[in-house]
Amino acid sequence: MSEAARGSGAAGARPRYRNIDVGQILQYRLPPAGIVSILHRASGAVLFLFGLPFLLYCLQLSLGPDAAFAKFKAMAANPLAKLVFLGLIWAYLHHFCAGIRYLLLDLHIGTEKDQARTSSFAVLAVSLALTLVFALKLFGAF
Amino acid sequence: MTTKRIVVGAHYGLKDWLAQRITAVVLAAYTVVLGLAILAGPPLAQASWKALFASPFIRVLTVLAFVALAWHAWIGVRDIYMDYIKPTAVRLTLQVATIVLLFAYVIWAANILWSI
Repeated sequence: MSEAARGSGAAGARPRYRNIDVGQILQYRLPPAGIVSILHRASGAVLFLFGLPFLLYCLQLSLGPDAAFAKFKAMAANPLAKLVFLGLIWAYLHHFCAGIRYLLLDLHIGTEKDQARTSSFAVLAVSLALTLVFALKLFGAF
Repeated sequence: MTTKRIVVGAHYGLKDWLAQRITAVVLAAYTVVLGLAILAGPPLAQASWKALFASPFIRVLTVLAFVALAWHAWIGVRDIYMDYIKPTAVRLTLQVATIVLLFAYVIWAANILWSI
């Protein structure tokens, strides 16, 4: 049983959650693995709800006749659209990196507590770094 | 004579669990190939972008990736419904809507690729 679940006399006012409640979400202090986990779910939901139809729409425009391509190009040039792209790219990359972590955990690789903690930080860092690379590409740095 | 059948249990989800991981590997491979093709290449122009997806190999690969994506998304979204949506009628409606939507997305993807 974890420290958080037992509560601790020494910590005194440490909150104890017996029945979880939506209203308490912002008070939770998740370990890095928990942050990676909930972001994996949230990014998956966002990709299903917005990412997939948006991707198909962009694919249709970009592979369509010249007029459609021009429309896509104009849309993609809009800085606000670039931010939407970038948000979805981050969601995808986080989902991708966290997914690889889960595949490795399923193969019993990196299941020790400190390894799992390190790999959680790695997922957050690598997905943000890759997003930065795509951001540079998106804003025309290379 | 009675037969003792176990009607609940974790193993009932094994196929879905495995399918989600296999489709994940397929999607990861596709992502790396396409991501590198985009990042390594020159800034995308209309002609080269169209030529890339006009290749029969990439077309078939892309449709397979969309099938894997729909399958993968179905299992993930179903898990979310099972965790948060308790009323059976609401959950079933959402599940059916999701399946229909995902089928439509795959057909849409194939339609885009074969209209180039």
